[in-house]
Amino acid sequence: MADETTRRAIEAVFRIERAKLIAGLARLVRDFDRAEELAQEALVTALSEWPKAGVPNNPAAWLMATAKRRAIDGFRRDTMRERKHAEIARELDNEPDHSLERIEVAMADDIGDELLGLIFTACHPILPADARAALTLRLVGGLTVGEIARAFVSNETAIAQRIVRAKRTIGKAGLAFEVPRGADRTARLASVLEVIYLIFNEGYAATAGTDRIRPRLCAEAQRLGRILAGLMPDEPEAFGLLALMEIQASRLSARTKPDGSLIPLTEQSRARWDRFLIQRGFAALHRAEALHGADGPYALQAAIAACHARAPIADDTDWRRIASIYDRLREVIPSPIIDLNRAVAHSMAYGPDAGLDMIGSIAGLDALRGYAPLSAARGDFLFRAGRIAEAKIQFEVAANLTQNVSERSFLLARAATCVAQSN
Amino acid sequence: MRVVVFVKATADSEQGVLPSTDLLEAMGKYNEELVNAGVMVGGDGLKPTSQAKRIAFDGSNRSVIDGPFAETRELVAGYWVWEVKDMDEAIAWAQRCPNPMTGPSELELRPVYGMEDFGDNMTTEVAEIHQRSRDTLAGQ
Repeated sequence: MADETTRRAIEAVFRIERAKLIAGLARLVRDFDRAEELAQEALVTALSEWPKAGVPNNPAAWLMATAKRRAIDGFRRDTMRERKHAEIARELDNEPDHSLERIEVAMADDIGDELLGLIFTACHPILPADARAALTLRLVGGLTVGEIARAFVSNETAIAQRIVRAKRTIGKAGLAFEVPRGADRTARLASVLEVIYLIFNEGYAATAGTDRIRPRLCAEAQRLGRILAGLMPDEPEAFGLLALMEIQASRLSARTKPDGSLIPLTEQSRARWDRFLIQRGFAALHRAEALHGADGPYALQAAIAACHARAPIADDTDWRRIASIYDRLREVIPSPIIDLNRAVAHSMAYGPDAGLDMIGSIAGLDALRGYAPLSAARGDFLFRAGRIAEAKIQFEVAANLTQNVSERSFLLARAATCVAQSN
Repeated sequence: MRVVVFVKATADSEQGVLPSTDLLEAMGKYNEELVNAGVMVGGDGLKPTSQAKRIAFDGSNRSVIDGPFAETRELVAGYWVWEVKDMDEAIAWAQRCPNPMTGPSELELRPVYGMEDFGDNMTTEVAEIHQRSRDTLAGQ
C-alpha cells in the first residue's frame, strides 16, 4: 500500500518533469527517441532508489542529473566504438561530433529555455501539421500513442508511424532543438501557435463524442498555451491565442445537450459559462493588447469571443462591435471562412439582408462549395428574412453536407421548424 | 481538473506578520515555476481575520460577526487555483512549495466542482433560475 503510494508520487513527479527532461536531453543527444529512452530510464532508477533513500529534495534536478549521466556514459561508449570504426574504416570525418567537451558546454547551458526549444522543434514547419500536433502531444503533453490515436479518431499504428516519421525528419534535418532568433522567429512562432490551436480545435469541434479524451485535448492545448505565454511573456499573439482558448473553453459544458447535440451560442445557458476561464481570457487579451498586439489574428478572434462573453444575455451581444472586428480580421487574414462569419455578424448587427448581400460577394466563394456552414448561414438569413421555403432547402442541404451527427440533427430540426412555420 | 490550494493560517499570519524577503523570493520563484508549467491559474494572499467578517445564518435570521476568529488552524491565509491532471499531480506540486510560513504550516488541497459534476441538476430548472437572475440584472 505504501509502495503503491510512493510509486504514484514518483510517477506524478516524473509527469511534471518529463517534458523538461526530454527537452534538456534532446538538446544534448539531438535525438528524440534517445531522449525519451533516457528520461524513461531515469524514472526506472527513481522507482527503485527513491523508496529506499527517500524522495530527493530537488527531484527535478535528480532526474536530470541521472539521465544526463546515462547520456554521457552512452557517449563514452559511442566514442570508443567510433574510434574503433575509425581505425578500421578511417571515416572519422563523417562521424558526428560527440565529444565530451560539447556535452559539458550543453550541461552548463542552463538558461531555462529548453522546454521552449522542445516545443519549437516539435512544431517545426518542416513537419506536416498533423505530425506536429501528434509529436507535441507525445513529447510535451506526455500523452500516450493510444491516447493521441483516440483523440484524433485514428488508430495507434498510424499515429505511431506519424510520430516515427516526424522524429526521423527532424533527425535528418539536424535541427538544433533551440528557440529560433531573429527573422525566423515570427514564422516559427506562428507554426507553434497553429499547432496548439489545432489541438484545441480537435478537442473543441467534437466534444459531442463520448470519449473523455477529447475534452482533455482542450485542457492540454490550454496548458500548452499557458506554458508558452509564461515562457514568452513579450509575445502578444501567445496571449492572444491563450485568451481565445480560455474564452472558448469557458463554454465547453454549456454547448452540448445531455444527448451530445450542440447548442448554438445564442441559445446556451450563460449561467453555465465558466466565469473563471472568462476572466482569465480577458486578462490574457488585455496583455496581448498592452503588448500592441490587438491586431494579431488570435487577439482579434479572442476579442470577438470576448464580446460574446461580456453579454449577460444573447440579446445584449454587441454585434456591431463584432461585425467591425470581423471587418478588421478579414484584412489581417483574408479567408472565405472569415468572410462567411463576417456575413453572419453583419446579419446580426444590420439584419438578414445585410448578411445575404455579404455572402453573395464573398471572394473565392467557390472554395466554400460543399461547406455545410455556408448553407446553414444562408438558411438562417433566409429564415429571418421570412423566406421560409428557401430557408428550408438550405437547412436540408447543410444537413446533408455535414459530417457531424449532432450538427445534422440540429439542422434537420431547423428544417422541420420551417415546415411548421409554413403550415 | 481544477484544485484550490489553501494556505492555512498560523499565529503569525493572523497577527499580520509579513513574509520575509527570503520567503517572498522563494515563493516568487515557486509561483513562476507554477505559471510556466501552465498549472497556476489564480491565487491571492489573504489579510488576517481581524479584518474579516462572517455572516451567520440560522433559519431566516442573519447576523454579522466581526473578526478576528479563533481556531487559527482552521483559518485560511491564502489560496491558489491550479489546473492539474489529477490529485497526484497537485500533491507533487504542493510538496515542492517552500514552507509558506516561518513555523509549522499546512496546505489543504480541495478539488473544485465543475458544472459537469452537477450533471442534469444544473442543466434544467436551476440553470434557468441562474439565467433569470442574469436577465434581471441586464434589465436594470
